[in-house]
Amino acid sequence: MQKTNKSSLMNWVDERLPVSSFIKNHLTEYYAPKNFNFLYFFGALAIVVFVLQILTGIFLTMHYKPDALHAFASVEYIMRDVSFGWLIRYMHSTGASLFFVVIYMHMFRAIIYGSYKQPRELLWIFGVLIFLLLMAEAFFGYLLPWGQMSYWGAQVIVNLFAAVPFIGPDLAEWVRGDYLISDATLNRFFAFHVIALPFALAGLIFLHLAALHSVGSNNPDGVEIKESKDKKTGIPIDGIPFHPYYTVKDLIGLTVFLIVFASIIFFMPEVGGYFLEHNNFVPADPLVTPAHIAPVWYFTPFYSILRAVPPILNSQFPGVAAMGAAVLILFVVPWLDKSKVKSIRYKGTLYKKWLTAFVVSFIFLGYLGTVPSNVWGQFSNLIPGIGGMDVATFVARVLTLIYFSFFVLMPWYSRVDKTKPVPKRVTYK
Amino acid sequence: MKKIILSIILGIIIPSMTLASEDARLMKANINLDDQESLQRGARNFINYCLNCHSASYMRYNRLNDIGLSNEEIKKNLLFTTDKVGELMNISMDPVEAKKWFGANPPNLTVTARSRGKDWIYSYLRTFYTDESRSLGWNNLVYPNAAMPHVLWELQGTQELIDGKLELVKPGLLSKQEYDQFVLDTTNYMVFMSEPVKLIRQKIGYFVIGFLLVLLVLVINLKREFWKDIK
Repeated sequence: MQKTNKSSLMNWVDERLPVSSFIKNHLTEYYAPKNFNFLYFFGALAIVVFVLQILTGIFLTMHYKPDALHAFASVEYIMRDVSFGWLIRYMHSTGASLFFVVIYMHMFRAIIYGSYKQPRELLWIFGVLIFLLLMAEAFFGYLLPWGQMSYWGAQVIVNLFAAVPFIGPDLAEWVRGDYLISDATLNRFFAFHVIALPFALAGLIFLHLAALHSVGSNNPDGVEIKESKDKKTGIPIDGIPFHPYYTVKDLIGLTVFLIVFASIIFFMPEVGGYFLEHNNFVPADPLVTPAHIAPVWYFTPFYSILRAVPPILNSQFPGVAAMGAAVLILFVVPWLDKSKVKSIRYKGTLYKKWLTAFVVSFIFLGYLGTVPSNVWGQFSNLIPGIGGMDVATFVARVLTLIYFSFFVLMPWYSRVDKTKPVPKRVTYK
Repeated sequence: MKKIILSIILGIIIPSMTLASEDARLMKANINLDDQESLQRGARNFINYCLNCHSASYMRYNRLNDIGLSNEEIKKNLLFTTDKVGELMNISMDPVEAKKWFGANPPNLTVTARSRGKDWIYSYLRTFYTDESRSLGWNNLVYPNAAMPHVLWELQGTQELIDGKLELVKPGLLSKQEYDQFVLDTTNYMVFMSEPVKLIRQKIGYFVIGFLLVLLVLVINLKREFWKDIK
């Protein structure tokens, strides 16, 4: 047997491609703050879910037929006749929802610890771009099973483009490639879902990580660990090598996540109609409009905002604009936050109140987006101003106002908020 | 922080509670997917009574192996439109003609149990009543003005709607109890057919979760071991 000398092989590679120094710079000698809590699992989990979606997606594409006549049947074929096709499909459908759970937690983490603040603005912007593309990716993918909710959900969303002044109807037709959602639409959505957006997402994720590794991670204290370095070694005193410390710690997060993931896949893949909607087990029928069209849960907060904004001059455009603004406003958060401190730990009660109001409004908007707007009945006609109006619509309007106030008023309340003194070093144990 | 977490939890629990309240007209179908005899009776009922107008064309006959029927048994008793057990449950009725006859095309029933739910099917098949205003003479409580006539009337007998309540005015071949069991078996089968893998999916799930729980203990200890020296 030939004796292989690993180090000389590695030397050979390193002279041609800097593998060893890459591993050093980004894993074994990449220093992360030691005080991460469980909220810091979600970034790594997002990458895991992304890879899972790509892998399961590859196997689904081997059997799925992007054809209006065969799409629905081909999904059932995967569920029944392909070996473990049901597992691959449920992993993909559950993965889609959990991707949003993970991303929402990841964003929430960034918001409460001020991870978007200087010097991480670009990191945050890449993140918001990923979120935007992820929504597009989920939307395109949702048409593919070609069920009633796929079809009518796409119909509703594409019709939003029709609300754009002047060019709207032409724009919607251009997006669909037809006068209604049809085979042409299905084919182009398939192309976007399996090629265009995954590529774009992968690129953005790379940039997101590159930006992260250039500025370093924030932490629950919002203290820059690079400001207290060991004088001799130049290593941050509160930093620990990402590998092995955070790789072994992330294994715990990953295992817990997989337990949740597996519980859903094996015991409740529909999650009561939230992850797989009941009506989507009916093949798409352009002639039968479902009585109640609701998007999948991860879009419902934004869908609620869309429904809550009243039309102006018979145009639905204000609602569409508000829904767009609800996402786009995230881009400017780094410049809206005027607080002297990053982390919620050292922010005052005023900020905490606003944050609570925001989280509550987001969740209830999400709930209201899953139900018809008459769910809570109407106000009595005797009440001036709002008599006869759907109660849920009124509540959604108030919540929409709170949602936007959290951002628009942030320059004010983050400045006047009484902050606590920030320690020089991170707190640990 | 605690307040925020609490409100998140409440925000998820309260809405899901209100959603859980079901349609009051529906009766609960206490089916049991582990009851092979019930599933086999249901398969017989479905293939004899439903699979003439309705197709179940995502389902293959030999998938009935999963509920304990051998290929020979399927061939002998359940194949009417084909002679191959690997075939899909197709029907020969022309959809265009069907639409003329019934006013609506009888839907493919393979995954109906997943869209309508078991209780709906169970209740629907039990609440047909005579209604002369309908072209085929039948109406339904759960699905008003359904296009489908009461195919099982010979078995159930004839019901009439009197003061908003269904009453059996002419008994059928089966007693009320027998008919309810007949419908329950059929419902059970339709739930099986909508997702045959459900029978083994949950069993695999226990192993997967068991494995992950063991793994969790290991990785927690692994992390502790590595993090011992971090102060």
